[in-house]
Amino acid sequence: MNKYVERLYNGVIKENPTFVLMLGMCPTLAVTSSAINGLGMGLSTTVVLIFANLLISCFRKVIPNGVRIPAYIVIVASLVTVVQLLMQAYLQDLSKSLGVYIPLIVVNCIILGRAESFASKNEPVISVFDGVGMGLGFTIGLTIIGLIRELLGAGTLFDQPVLSAIEGFTPITIFIMAPGAFLVLGFLVAGMNIIRKKMDEKGKPLAEPAGCLSGDCASCSQAATCTGKDNVKKDDATKEDTKKETAKSDAK
Amino acid sequence: MSENYQISSSPHVRAKDSTGRVMLYVIIALLPASLFGIYNFGIRALLLILITVASCVAFEWIFDKIVHKKNTISDMSAVVTGLLLALNFPVSLPWWEAIMGAAFAIIIVKMLFGGLGQNFMNPALGGRCFLLIAFAADMTNYNVIKNGVEAYTGATPLALIRNEGLSAVNVMDMLLGKTAGTIGETSVIAVLIGAILLILFGVIDLKIPGAYIITFAVFMFLFGAERFDTTYVVAQLCGGGLMLGAFFMATDYVTSPITPMGKIVFGICCGLLTGLFRCFGANAEGVSFAIILSNLLVPIIEKWTVPRAFGVVKVKEAKKQ
Repeated sequence: MNKYVERLYNGVIKENPTFVLMLGMCPTLAVTSSAINGLGMGLSTTVVLIFANLLISCFRKVIPNGVRIPAYIVIVASLVTVVQLLMQAYLQDLSKSLGVYIPLIVVNCIILGRAESFASKNEPVISVFDGVGMGLGFTIGLTIIGLIRELLGAGTLFDQPVLSAIEGFTPITIFIMAPGAFLVLGFLVAGMNIIRKKMDEKGKPLAEPAGCLSGDCASCSQAATCTGKDNVKKDDATKEDTKKETAKSDAK
Repeated sequence: MSENYQISSSPHVRAKDSTGRVMLYVIIALLPASLFGIYNFGIRALLLILITVASCVAFEWIFDKIVHKKNTISDMSAVVTGLLLALNFPVSLPWWEAIMGAAFAIIIVKMLFGGLGQNFMNPALGGRCFLLIAFAADMTNYNVIKNGVEAYTGATPLALIRNEGLSAVNVMDMLLGKTAGTIGETSVIAVLIGAILLILFGVIDLKIPGAYIITFAVFMFLFGAERFDTTYVVAQLCGGGLMLGAFFMATDYVTSPITPMGKIVFGICCGLLTGLFRCFGANAEGVSFAIILSNLLVPIIEKWTVPRAFGVVKVKEAKKQ
């Protein structure tokens, strides 16, 4: 698989930030009371994520290691301000219903997580693809949660009456309140785990979260819990083999 | 001869109690309240109870089938859950909402966490609170139509006390149970008969309900809307689900502490929370939420109240010596 396509697949399925990595839970639970809110939140995070990955990847050799987190925050905060002002100008309703959660994208752990674990170690182009993949994964997760909650809790989909058109329908209001968010998320994650298990049994594992592409596990903060170290080691080994071979052929 | 010398490991003396037997005692103890509810609210109450119990048992059976587990409906705990849940419904609740409450109680609160013994909160109360948030209007609709006549309209005694003052209710009616409310909570006398049966059967002791009711009464006496008024305290004790909750739901073996000291702490927690919710909350009633919140504290309470073991010297004392 092409390494750029692989990044997209990784973000949407393999390391889906909502259902697999469980990152960004605060907006996931708080704003998904309707599908349009979930979609809006997901897309605005995606935009910030793509540009944050691009900029951080470009500046990765300039930013001193000791102050890298404040530097990332400055970059992300600038981007979020741009998005917030644009939304206030052109998407006022959405901006109002998302409220404080737009400025809170600054501290969204998906963005900082990708900056720290991917963009700061990789080339700009592939970092952008990583941002697109992760952003789409987040958007899909939020939209699915929003769809389910809106359908059960209000009987509508994207504000169009679906169940509420049926006479005698009583909306299950718990689903558009906070407990409903936890319930729906819990069931979706359980569903994802079932799919993962089924694929494992079939012998086509959906792959555990794999190591980062750089293969530099020694400096990685997540090395202790990382499940992808073996893959990376294998890659290194094959690289060394090819190196040896090229060395041999050079010698000849 | 050799039979006398057979060796087996302890325990040598076994009680006859089994889970099914204890559950049967609880069902018997709940009968007075159920019968009074049916007498008070009419035949629909009976149907609602039967539907809720049947769907609880059915959901447990279906869940066991789906996950290929040994069938557990014979321990009768689903019947108790269904009965308690139905006693917490207003008689006008739509059927499908009752069935949904049963599904939530059995599948989500109980079976998904591993079945009886593993659930972290009382299934019946979990189901009730789910419905209370999901269908607030239907769950608090206490209008009762019996034989074509409006038997009760609108507010429960607790809501009356809150909105119109103490003079709006008759404490004697509340004791007997001739008031609006959920199916099983109205008659304090019927619930108390059941509670006495439970104590005689040895299913519960007085630690949890005693601590609960005393704490609540003291709290209401000190901080209630009409301070230092004993009639007000009695009315609050008789109103709502307090008695049913204190004797039948707070004492659930699975979701209450096992240590003697812990039981008292747990009762005090329930009493304080109920008092807080009734005095300062948005609703007149607060027993269900108080008990399930206290259920969540049980692991901590048990950890803090482990009784001192005989023959073990505490570390600090040992150092002094």
